[in-house]
Formats: sequence, structure tokens, C-alpha cells
Amino acid sequence: MRIMSPLIAVLALVLVALVTAQVPGGQALLGIILPYLAFALFLGGVVYRVQHWAKSPVPFRIPTTCGQANSLPWIKQNKLDCPSTKAGVIGRMLLEVLLFRSLFRNTKAEIYEGPKLVYGSSKFLWLFALLFHYCFLVIILRHLRLFMDPIPGFVAALEFGDGFFQIGLPVFYQTDAIFLGALAFLFLRRVLLTNIRYISLPADYFPLFLISGIAITGILMRYFLRVDVVAIKQLTHGLATFSPAITGQIGSIFFVHIFLVCALLIYLPFSKLMHMAGVFMSPTRNMMNNSRMVRHINPWNDPKIKPHSYASYEDEFREFMVGADIPVEKELPAQPAEEEVAKAVE
Amino acid sequence: MYGKGRIIPALILFLGLMTTPMWYKSGDAGKMPKPEKPKDYTECVAPTAYMRTSHMVLLNEWRDDILREGGSRVGKTANGTEYVRSLQNGCMKCHNDKKKFCDACHNYTSVKPYCWDCHLQPKEAM
Amino acid sequence: MADTKVAQMKEKVVKEPSLMTGAVPAKDWWDVEAVFKSGNYCYPAKASMVAYHNKNLPGLFGEPREWDPESDNWNLPENWQEILLNGLKERLDKFRSLKIFMDCCVRCGACADKCHFFLGTGDPKNMPVLRAELLRSVYRNDFTLAGKLLGKMAGARPMTFKVLKEWFMYFYQCTECRRCSVFCPYGIDTAEITMMARELLHLVGVGTNWILEPAANSNRTGNHLGLQPHTFKENAEFLLDDIEEATGVRLNSLNFNRKGAEILFVIPSADVFAEPGIFTFMGYLLLFEHIGLDYTISTYASEGGNFGSFTHNSLMKKLNGKIYAEAKRLGVKWILGGECGHMWRVLHQYMDTMNGPADFLQVPVSPITGTRFDNATATKMIHISEFTADLIHHNKLKLDKSRNDHRIVTFHDSCNPARGMGLIEEPRHILKSVCNNFYEMPENTIRENTFCCGSGTGLNTGEIMDLRMRAGLPRANAVRHVADRHGVNMLSCVCAIDRATLLALNQYWNPEVEVCGVSELLGNALIMEGEKERETDLRFAPLAGMEG
Repeated sequence: MRIMSPLIAVLALVLVALVTAQVPGGQALLGIILPYLAFALFLGGVVYRVQHWAKSPVPFRIPTTCGQANSLPWIKQNKLDCPSTKAGVIGRMLLEVLLFRSLFRNTKAEIYEGPKLVYGSSKFLWLFALLFHYCFLVIILRHLRLFMDPIPGFVAALEFGDGFFQIGLPVFYQTDAIFLGALAFLFLRRVLLTNIRYISLPADYFPLFLISGIAITGILMRYFLRVDVVAIKQLTHGLATFSPAITGQIGSIFFVHIFLVCALLIYLPFSKLMHMAGVFMSPTRNMMNNSRMVRHINPWNDPKIKPHSYASYEDEFREFMVGADIPVEKELPAQPAEEEVAKAVE
Repeated sequence: MYGKGRIIPALILFLGLMTTPMWYKSGDAGKMPKPEKPKDYTECVAPTAYMRTSHMVLLNEWRDDILREGGSRVGKTANGTEYVRSLQNGCMKCHNDKKKFCDACHNYTSVKPYCWDCHLQPKEAM
Repeated sequence: MADTKVAQMKEKVVKEPSLMTGAVPAKDWWDVEAVFKSGNYCYPAKASMVAYHNKNLPGLFGEPREWDPESDNWNLPENWQEILLNGLKERLDKFRSLKIFMDCCVRCGACADKCHFFLGTGDPKNMPVLRAELLRSVYRNDFTLAGKLLGKMAGARPMTFKVLKEWFMYFYQCTECRRCSVFCPYGIDTAEITMMARELLHLVGVGTNWILEPAANSNRTGNHLGLQPHTFKENAEFLLDDIEEATGVRLNSLNFNRKGAEILFVIPSADVFAEPGIFTFMGYLLLFEHIGLDYTISTYASEGGNFGSFTHNSLMKKLNGKIYAEAKRLGVKWILGGECGHMWRVLHQYMDTMNGPADFLQVPVSPITGTRFDNATATKMIHISEFTADLIHHNKLKLDKSRNDHRIVTFHDSCNPARGMGLIEEPRHILKSVCNNFYEMPENTIRENTFCCGSGTGLNTGEIMDLRMRAGLPRANAVRHVADRHGVNMLSCVCAIDRATLLALNQYWNPEVEVCGVSELLGNALIMEGEKERETDLRFAPLAGMEG
């Protein structure tokens, strides 16, 4: 169920696109109206979510310190994993965002007779996650050739590098293969590793299937079913310059592709894919470990919460304190006469 | 909102990057490539729609067939017209202006075919 | 001691079908119910304790009542779901961390086998990701568009009694050690989520006595056992006799509540009354006498360990507030803190924000070395390990390392100093200066990767011994490793909870290994003026060469 329902959902999306592309006006809906709508929802949704997060304060300074803190001058600080300056935090965030520093630490624990726990290095998730994200980025940037004219030099350079081996015609992009491979890895580990299968929700499979769908339709369109790329650029560049038009023959595969992309854009702001923005706002990573150096302000700190006062403490225990020679603020009242004590005891 | 000083600029940067193609206005969608068609010929080796999407496949097949399998240099269109299966002596015979024909679309869509890595470029394009 | 004999436990953790041993659970996690039975839960808070805290902080601890976790009726208030959902809303608005951590998890599973509770029990809901999902599923149901539209498909669950039971079970099987947060690509910190969940549980009167009673004691008497001031003083002074017996020196400097002292010294109060913490306390006193420090200890603010931090941020603030209040009343210049874990998480990351600014204090300067502690310019409180490391670095201490030669020492990084503060090298510097035999445990089990003792955040109670021995297994196993390889017989640490819990843990898993504070080993090594020839250490164990 956890796997089938998102798969069916993505297949249904493909079917909807195929059918819609055949009905009159359907191509304009899929190629023009929906992309604008999806892009607007994507931008608006991301901005909404970020400002929604930002409405809540960060009341306490809670970085996870992953190394030696700034301490005595002769003790070497780990400035990247336990930063105490802005530059350090920027460094830590760059490592996290660009190189997935935390995931790089990953280990795999196993238990053997004894009992003996063993922690092996486990870098596959890090490697494939990195490949997945960077290929995705390169693929998106490569697509700029369809949205810009003239085409910026770096896009051409990316394409050249990506097709460096000149395999096939049109030239085969390595990122396409690596991207599919990484997607397959991310999917298979969800299915094959008992732990991960157990924690996975439909919301984890859906984006994998959706993104795979986008990648597969893209690859089909480029290498197998081939479409008139000039006609497509006329549409996509038209979208970017607010003068979209569909002329000539564009294959249905293109409309499936663009429909799935729209689905992803709409889905993203309301899903776990918002980790894209959230990673920048995680208080355990983006804060300086300087809480003893600089006072951090909590906007809802309640000054009315006072400690149990010393005065009431002393009032309760004064007699014992005086008896034990512990200094007090107020001395005991004068000793009552002996008879009175006796009376009180009675 | 807390942390405005960092979040608002970051959001503006995000929106700016995402909409790059929209404000990158040096292009004009109306400026479609118009590959110049040969004046003297009306029939190509395959239908236009096929040639638009798949000419590179055809060229690839010719190369593999002729150079590696010893295939024939002579091809026939659906109408029975004979032609030479060759980029330089076939295609370029009719489409004799690389700049006005090939490059028009290739530049528009940032395609850099490696035909001319081996083949001599037609003189007029030099 | 634990209900299960260690020989059986050794088999169970390896062979019992669980996610750790490779068994595939038959049911989806949301279909597995939490079942309370004797030994797997901490006793609920007594009504009188809840009433006490409710008097001080109205509304935060629910209605005082008696209830039984094993029963299907917890005598919850009629509108308990509404209270919880409103409470969740309030916390989402107050803590950005909670929103981000609820929204960003991609369930990559990097955290799954990082939790000591999971490694020891193999219970899927002890994977940090699922522990968080227990709360996240409710969050999705009531606070996200996807959850409202798609319900179960989006991983959403309504708040039911079944869910509440899971919360009580699994948010009390988390010690807020933050190990998962080191490995999470988004820094999702289960400690933060557990804190929120425990706050919520308290709102409907679901809490444990082992936390609320010490918290009440700390509030009223200044220490978590509830010792009255004179008893506290007597206990501490009793240790002077032991010091005299071991070293031949009668210390004169111990004093209480003295106005005008330069430094207020705050300890985890267990160091005054429980072994092996008392030996650590002896170490502090020897050090202060050795350097002639002008300090005082307060009976009113004698608990640095903050049981409030295991319940609710307001109670944390209230208990912590005493330290600055007392520093002000006594007119000290700055504050020195003893060896303690959660205490230092609170002091380092919360105190100044909650109860500062400490503008009536001065930036700590060591009166012996003149070192100014610039890392505490705002809070004005430093850790005893920072203070001691500085003294050793400047050669201000006369030390005889050989007095620890009967100890082969390793060091347990306590979770909070390591991952909530970054205090990692200071204690090591001290250890290497006071003992000749020091060995590190394996890399994946120390420093920022350190494993919890298994009983932090108020879980070191006798009724859940089996669980504690399982949760402590990763730590114990690393100790086992160095005990086998290097003959380690002493596990040192800088945490009072550790000193109590690692003792039980080692007695179970590694009976030949004892537990001590770093300052105890320092105390052994310090050459005191006028001392006799030492034959034993502070716990009266014969020194190397003095046996028999």
C-alpha cells in the first residue's frame, strides 16, 4: 500500500496528461496555463512556508556542537563543526548544504554475539544523495537553454561537460544516467533495508516516483521518441517571456513531462521537499555556539517566573541554618522563656 | 517575523534566481529560427516532420551502415528519387549554407553537433 | 538490579527478534500499540507533587490525580485532546525549531541506528525518526494542508488515547542526548522534540514522579534529595574527615552561604551525598584548598542539575533562576560550576537567555593564573574542567601522576557537554596530566559521537532497570572494548547522572570497571601541603605498590 498508492498516483498523472494532450485546448492547458499556475504556486508556496517558519522565534541558542568549542586559547577549536563566529557558521552551513557534511558521518551499527556492537563506515547514502542532488541541479541548469535566448555561456559549458564522452546521438548526458541510478538507489534502499522500509510513508515514495517519471519522460523525449526541440523552445522561451505559443507538432511525451514537472512544483511547498529551504533555517546548525559570550534574547521570556526566593527559603529553614552556623539574613527571634517552650510542646 | 534581516534578502535572492529567464530579457520569443530551405529542390530524403526531430539519427545510421557495414552510398526517397547518403555530398548539396540552415536551429537550442569535428566545413561557412 | 540476569540479557539483545537483529516487524508501526507493564515505565507523579508544581506554575502540570499507566483509564481531563492540540499550537508558535523539525524530515533513516535506546532494544519506535513521527503524525493531521486533505496517506493520525500512550512510552525512552542530531542532514534534534512532547504530556497531567519530586525538592530545599540546609552542610563536612583520613590534611576552606566570596561554586548536589560523586566533591575541595581559592557554596542554590529541564522550560527557568539570584545576594564576582551534564546544557545554552543578563557579575578571571575566560563574557560562569585545565596548563598545580597508577582510565564524554557545549578537550587535558594510563574508547563512541549512559533526563529510576541496561549497552560495550584490550578499570566522566548511572551499568555489564569524576582523579594526584605519605586514594583503595 505504501508503495502502490503513490505509484498509482503518478501513473494516473501520466494518464491524465496523455488524455488531456489529445483534447482540443488540452495542449494549451498543459503547456501554458498549468505551468504558469504551478510556477506561481511553487514560488508563493515556498515564500509562504518560509515566512510561516520565520513567524516563530528561535527562543534559545541550541546549536548541536560537533567538535571542540571555542575555549582556552591553547585548545584548538573545531571552527567548522562547532563555530563561534559568523564566518564559522557560514562555513558549517556551506559544508552542510553543498557537501552534506552530516550525512558524511553516517555509520551502520550491527550487533554480534558477545554482545558486541560494531559501527561500520557507511557512505553510500551520502554518495548517492549527493549525486542525486547535483545531477538534479545540473539537469535543471541545462534546461535553461530552453528558457533563455541567447543561451548563457555556463549553460553551454555544462552541456558540453555533461556530454563529454560523445556517446550516442543526440549526445548522451551522463547526469541523466547517474540521476536515474541515484533515484534507483534511493528507492531500493527504502524497499530493501528493513529499517528504512518500516519508516517509509507514501509521502516518501511519491516524490521518488514523480521525479523518476519526470526523468524517464525526459530521457524518452530526448533519445527515443524525439520531439521537435525548436517548437518546444518556442513554447518554453515564450513562457519565460510571457508570449507563449504552441505552433507545430509537439509530441504527447512532452506534455506528460511538463505535466509531471508542474505536479512536482505544486507538491513541493507542501511536502517534505521543503527541506530545500528548511536546511538553512535549522537552529541546531545555523547558530553560533557563543551562548556564554553573547546573551541570546527570547522574545517571549516571562520575567514573572521567579525562582523560589531566598527569603522564603531562609524563613523555612532559619532555625536549622542558625543551628548549623550557616549565615542568615535575619536572625532568629529572641528565645522564648523556657516555660513557654514547654507549654508549646504540650 | 523573526530574523527579517536574513530571511527577506534570502527570499528575494531565491525569487530572483528562480525567475532569471523572465527578467533575462535579451531574447525575444518571436525571434524563431527560420532555416533557409533550398530553392531548387522540393523533396527531402524523408518527411519534414521526421527530419525535424530525427535527422541526427538518420546521419548516424548512414555513418554506421556505410563506414562500418560497407553499405551502399545510394538511397531512394519514398517517391523513388535517388540521392547520395552523405552529409557533405548529399545533405549539403541541397542545404548548401550551413550558417543559414544547420546553425539557425542548432544555435537557438544550444546544440553542438560534432559532425564538423571530422567533416570539412563547407567553404562558405568558413 | 535489573530483573533480567546479565547472561540472559547478553543472549536477548543479540537473538531476540527485533529490528536490530534483522527481524521484520509484522505490523505497520501505527498499528502496534504501546503496552505498559511493570518494568517498562517510570512511576507516575504523585498527586502531591503535581499539586506542588501547579501552585508555582499554574496550568503547566495538569490536574493533580492518581493514575495507573497499565490501566485504560488515566483519569485524563475531559478535553485532553483539545488541551494537547492547543499546547502543540502554542509551541509551534514559540519554537521555530519545532516547526522546522516537524516539516523537514525526509525519513532518510540516517538517525535510525544512532540511538542507544534503539541499539539496545531494537524497538522500531526508538529510531529517532519514528519517535519524532509519533508527534509529527498528529502535527500533520491538525496543522498541515496535506494532512488535512489526504489524512492517513500523508502520514497523519488524529490524537487518540493510543497515541498518547505511545508518547508517554517513547518520550520517556529518550534521554535528550542529541546523538541523532549530529547525523541528521537537517540537524533535526530529537531532544528538542522530546522536550516539546514532555511539556505537552505534563499539560494533561502525565508525568513521572522520579522527575517531579526531585524538581520539587530542588525548588524548595536547593537540592534534589530534599536535604535541609544543616543536613546538606553536615554531609559535606563529613567528607572532610574522609579527606583527612586519606591525605592527612584537614581542609579549612569549605564554607557555605558566605557573603563577599569571590566565587560561587555550584555543583550537582548528588556530589555531596552519593558515591561516587562524593569522591569528585573531595577532589573539588582539595583543588580549592591547594590553590587557596576564595569560594563559597550555597545551600539555597546547591543544585546545578536542573530537573526542570526534563519537564517544561518554565520550570527549568524557575529552578535555574536561583543561581543568579544567589550570586547577586552573596555579592560574588563570578560563578564556577561542577561536573554535570544536563546542568551544563542549561547553564551554557539557556541560563543567560532565561535569567540574565548577569550584569552584576564580572567576567571570570582565574585568580591564580590571571586567565580571563572570554568564552563566558556574558554568562559569567565557567566549567570546573575549563578552570582546572587552565591551572594545569600554567603549571600551577603540584601533581603526582603515579598516585593514579592503580587506575587504567578511559573517559566518557557526557552527552550535553559534548553536543550541547563543545567541552571535549578540557577534561582530557586534565586526565592526561593526572594519570599515566589513559585510553580512549573507539572513535564512534566518544566526543560528539558519544553514547549516553542510557538513563539521563530523569530515567535513572529503579523501576525500569532492564530498559536502562539495554539503553546503556552501546556505552557499556565500548567500555568493554577498552577493558578487554587495555585492562581499563576506571571510567571517568564529567556528569553527576553518569556517576550514578554508569555505576549501575558497569556493575551489570562490566563489573570490574569503576566510575569516577575527573576531579576525583585530580584530587588523588594533588600534592597537598602538609600531607602524609599517601597509601590509598580518596576512596580508600590502595595505591599501586601499596597493596597488601
